[in-house]
Amino acid sequence: MPRSYPYRYRCDGPVIQFDNVTKVYANQSRPALESVNISVEKGEFVFLVGSSGAGKSTFLRLILKEERPTEGQIHVAGKDLARLTNWKVPYLRRRIGCVFQDFRLLPNKNVYENVAFALEVIGKHRRFIRKVVPEVIDLVGLEGKHERMPDELSGGEQQRVAMARAFVNRPMILLADEPTGNIDPATSIGIMKVLDRINRTGTTVVMATHDAAIVDSMRKRVIELEYGKVVRDQSRGVYGQAY
Amino acid sequence: MRSQFVFSEIWIGLRRNLTMTMALIVVVAISLSLLGTGLLFVKQVDRTRSFWQGRVEMSVYFCTSTSAQYNPVCKSSGPATQQQKDSLQQRLQSMPQVEFVKYVSQSEQYQQFRQEFSNEPNLVDNTPNNAIPDSLEVKLKDPQAGYSVVASAAEGAPGVENVINEMTILDKFYKLLDAARNAVVIIALILLVAAILLVANTIRLSAFNRRRETAIMRLVGASNFYIQLPFLLEGAIAGLLGWAIAAALLIAAKAFLLDTVEQYFATNTGLSAGDLVEVIVLAMIVGVLLCGATSFLTLRRYLRI
Repeated sequence: MPRSYPYRYRCDGPVIQFDNVTKVYANQSRPALESVNISVEKGEFVFLVGSSGAGKSTFLRLILKEERPTEGQIHVAGKDLARLTNWKVPYLRRRIGCVFQDFRLLPNKNVYENVAFALEVIGKHRRFIRKVVPEVIDLVGLEGKHERMPDELSGGEQQRVAMARAFVNRPMILLADEPTGNIDPATSIGIMKVLDRINRTGTTVVMATHDAAIVDSMRKRVIELEYGKVVRDQSRGVYGQAY
Repeated sequence: MRSQFVFSEIWIGLRRNLTMTMALIVVVAISLSLLGTGLLFVKQVDRTRSFWQGRVEMSVYFCTSTSAQYNPVCKSSGPATQQQKDSLQQRLQSMPQVEFVKYVSQSEQYQQFRQEFSNEPNLVDNTPNNAIPDSLEVKLKDPQAGYSVVASAAEGAPGVENVINEMTILDKFYKLLDAARNAVVIIALILLVAAILLVANTIRLSAFNRRRETAIMRLVGASNFYIQLPFLLEGAIAGLLGWAIAAALLIAAKAFLLDTVEQYFATNTGLSAGDLVEVIVLAMIVGVLLCGATSFLTLRRYLRI
């Protein structure tokens, strides 16, 4: 693990621990999350399913400390997020990679630069970047496309670039918020293969999704949220209730 | 963070915002120039005042053969005799309000005249020697209080053509300088306010233009300092460029305007290079503080960390 940050994120227990977490947004009466108790171990692959507004995105934002819980405690890699000062939050986020439905690439930079950006802004050497970035671009299956600009890529390819960027710093956790939302079913399979590959390296993956087919085909742990509450937590689950 | 990366990000930011950055530089330049000019005026006034502090407040001019011809006061008494001059000098010297009296002979006065107006040869050539009268230069202990008493004593004396109150001339001069200084400083302050607003707006626009990069930087775990750094440096660079232009303008102003004006006044109360350096450094401090503080406060408001 890189030694360039002050806090060691070494982990013996669960990487993500939610203890009785409730989150109520300012202008809403109904809580986005209510009394959620979830524990995710290192190396797990977790699907977070539920209809829109069930609380999936809120869950992910709480892990990143983009939001604070109204009640309850959150531990990421053994660290209590409530005790984490603002100054230390960037170092938490360096251990977490993020992939979104809308890709969020920088339009003026090509594939290589987009992935390298994640390393440049945390102060890595040019030499290190030049070694590591091509490796991860190959890992996601985009070898030879280093110079392409985002608008020259298909949706699936753009999402691979986003995943390369999320994974380039070898994070502990990879959060994916509906990564296949804008992608056709056939290409989604390719995306999931990349996520699976990333998971096999030891990275914990938490993926929020609507995509029933993918959840059913991969048979990983499924946590279902409904109106902010956990209604199901199965270790080899499918999307819908298997009655 | 690697400096190469920071500078490339700053350059990209400056280029995107080019017109606003140029507007910022121009406003900072003008406001700092005006502020500097105002400060130079203040210094000039101080110099002039302290120079003239040691000088005389009253001059008594005696009748000459020339003035005896046309001036009714002198016609009756004729040109002043040496005895009249000496007795008046003694009388004035003995008065308690007077600090000292100095006799300036005609020839001395003429030499001084030629020297002071050496760049006006027409004037010098057309003024004959005896048009310049002998005079007494009187320095008072208390310029405000003692003047009227001493003046009335001198005016009535035989052989005196007129008594000049040097102070009124200077007062007018000071009033002029003060008015000019006040006008310049007020305009400078208004422009400084404009500069502050422009810095805030430029930073805000810059933050908006770079919102995508900033969002990703936050997500990926760049520290707050490195996220803010390119914006702060953009503001600082624009401010420094504005200051450099202001400094150049002030130096040009000093070289061309002030020195020429000083020649006309024929005094050596001009400002030295040291004064100019002091004013320029002060302008830099003001400029840097202004740009820096405004950038910082604007970032806190508009840049989500």
